Amino acid sequence: MSDTIVTSTTGPATPTTATPATASPATAERVLSGTGTATLPMTKALNAGLRQAMRDNPRVLMMGEDIGPLGGVFRVTEGLFAEFGDKRVLDTPLAESGIIGTAIGLALRGFRPVCEIQFDGFVFPGFDQITSQLARMRNRHEGGVSMPVVIRIPYGGHIGSIEHHQESPETYFAHTPGLRVVSPSNPHDAYWMMQQAIASDDPVIFFEPKSRYWPKGEVNLAESGTPLHASRVVRSGTDATVVGHGAMVSVLLQAADLAAAEGTSIEVIDLRSISPIDYGPILTSVEKTGHLVVAQEAHGFVSVGSEIAATVMEKAFYLLEAPVLRVSGFDTPFPPAAVETHFLPSPDRVLEAIDRALSY
Amino acid sequence: MSATPNASPTVRLLSPEGVFAPSDSAAEFLPYLDRLTEADYRRFYRDMVVVRRFDTEAANLQRQGQLALWVPSHGQEAAQVGSAHATRPQDHVFPSYREHVVGMIRGLDPVDILRMLRGVTLGGWTPEDHGNFHLYTLVLASQTLHATGYAMGMQLDGATATGNPETDQAVIVYYGDGASSQGDANEALVFAASYQTPQVFFLQNNHWAISVPVTRQSRTPLYLRAAGFGMPGTQVDGNDVLASFAVTAKHLDDARAGKGPALIEALTYRVGAHTTADDPTKYRDPEQLAYWVARDPIVRFRSHLQGLGVEQEFLDAVDEEADDYAADVRRRALDIHSPEKAVIFDNVYAEPHPLIQEQKAWLDRYEASFEGGDA
Repeated sequence: MSDTIVTSTTGPATPTTATPATASPATAERVLSGTGTATLPMTKALNAGLRQAMRDNPRVLMMGEDIGPLGGVFRVTEGLFAEFGDKRVLDTPLAESGIIGTAIGLALRGFRPVCEIQFDGFVFPGFDQITSQLARMRNRHEGGVSMPVVIRIPYGGHIGSIEHHQESPETYFAHTPGLRVVSPSNPHDAYWMMQQAIASDDPVIFFEPKSRYWPKGEVNLAESGTPLHASRVVRSGTDATVVGHGAMVSVLLQAADLAAAEGTSIEVIDLRSISPIDYGPILTSVEKTGHLVVAQEAHGFVSVGSEIAATVMEKAFYLLEAPVLRVSGFDTPFPPAAVETHFLPSPDRVLEAIDRALSY
Repeated sequence: MSATPNASPTVRLLSPEGVFAPSDSAAEFLPYLDRLTEADYRRFYRDMVVVRRFDTEAANLQRQGQLALWVPSHGQEAAQVGSAHATRPQDHVFPSYREHVVGMIRGLDPVDILRMLRGVTLGGWTPEDHGNFHLYTLVLASQTLHATGYAMGMQLDGATATGNPETDQAVIVYYGDGASSQGDANEALVFAASYQTPQVFFLQNNHWAISVPVTRQSRTPLYLRAAGFGMPGTQVDGNDVLASFAVTAKHLDDARAGKGPALIEALTYRVGAHTTADDPTKYRDPEQLAYWVARDPIVRFRSHLQGLGVEQEFLDAVDEEADDYAADVRRRALDIHSPEKAVIFDNVYAEPHPLIQEQKAWLDRYEASFEGGDA
């Protein structure tokens, strides 16, 4: 975690580095200033997005386990405690239902809490408060209250960790009316989507792909370029469309590279938002390619991939030249890390599905 | 029945016969009685009688098919009326789902409660327009955490512990002996103690969680749990409206003065069924019921008022008012209208959501397709 933020500019804008942790919130200074790009890992991009949101709105609070002086187990909140203090960065007792339930109370009071769940598999003690309370509070109040709560969940495999530390539980939340569910795949989206999620008046479950925390990427400092709930074509192609979110996007891009070497042109779509799903770019792409493969680390049974497959078949049956195929984690518990590469969809497994679709 | 109002630590001001006879444990709470005028005493009595009559009327409405369910509060009137009158206007109240008279005292029209139980709304009122009386929460103990978070927000806003009891805010949250076993109730106590929130946990121990006795929930009197969380705990005779008032007033004032949270266990009894879907004759000893009926909170306070010389005309007038109140509630309950089907879709999200919009439009088209037909 010793990466320093490298910034570059495309114009005369002032080069910047990370804002010192001691900066006063009153300055409202941009965390990442300039109009060019900054090259940084997703952890730093998320940190900058959180810090920016806290500077922009004094009602934004951070809550979670070990997020204060430590900066979180992944250091995503590093330096926020030093800049904003213990009134806005709350190290909480170790109780996920308590974190979410008190965040609901704080939101009723007019705060905009951002809760960190330490690992994907630890969200379930807070599941009842999320699904029975947070998701429905606005509806129950007939619109009289809003629940601008963001729940950050580091998720997914590829990090060789122990049980409950590599899971992909996004489907549970996508299935719950009242929640919005998003997952960035790269530092640029992480920076902007975090700010957009915090600005949303609806609860947003924000899935951060752990395995993409550390690779650096360019962040356009001037603009996000994409609304929070838009999917986006990240690589153009003509033979088949592949769709995924979070860490899967880089797997899909690798698969597309391998396919290109064999003369197959793959279009890659980054879903970005799991609820709602933006079908526009997917349908446009399928119209062009006639073939669709959906990939996800999560279990395939009753999954985001299942939903996309069903919806695309409903909306675009005659555009399809083959069944929509899913590439998923198996319908087993996430296995011991020693065999996770067999469990997780790999570029080769994506290619296998593409080959099946194209040879249908 | 390990803990009854006869247990020595229980704060009590009125004997079951209505005689002013404070327990030793009541000493620190006695000064709070000085806040009450004779008019307050009359109001306490009136509120208890009115909600008892309302309760009967609502149960009748359910039996007649006008409500999906009714949740009786019969027997718990003193715990609720005393504690509710100890709140100040700036306070926030987080109920469970049986605190009808608390809502009424905070300015809620009880017909709004009936709307929820009639199935025309999932909520029923706007808390900020009804004395900061928040919505009923049907999942046990969920509201304890919402209350704690709200109280944390009061602290962060600097809206409490400034030294001015007229403006300093506090939270009171209601839950029960059954809910005390829930994880959320315990996490709320942890968070409240940790952040020293301006908050009172008001636990009505009515001795029954549907058919399960409190002895299955706890082998120790519930107020003793407070010590384990690091906060004061007080057991009060919940059928003594004056004791309920005084104990709650002290703990709320301590909370608003920055002294942190407290837990009150009010010993009372659910004389009626859990809901109109319940049949307590299947699991309750009639002798236990008789024991508590003999300690009826309204009878006790009426005896006390009579001892103070309150005239019979007042008591009769309250009965008449209660009848009128119930009749008015009945009239207006029968006039509750069903909402438009748009409520299915509206307010699920604050911001537009394409799937919801699509489904709403589809339902409109689908139902319109029957117009002009036999359907």
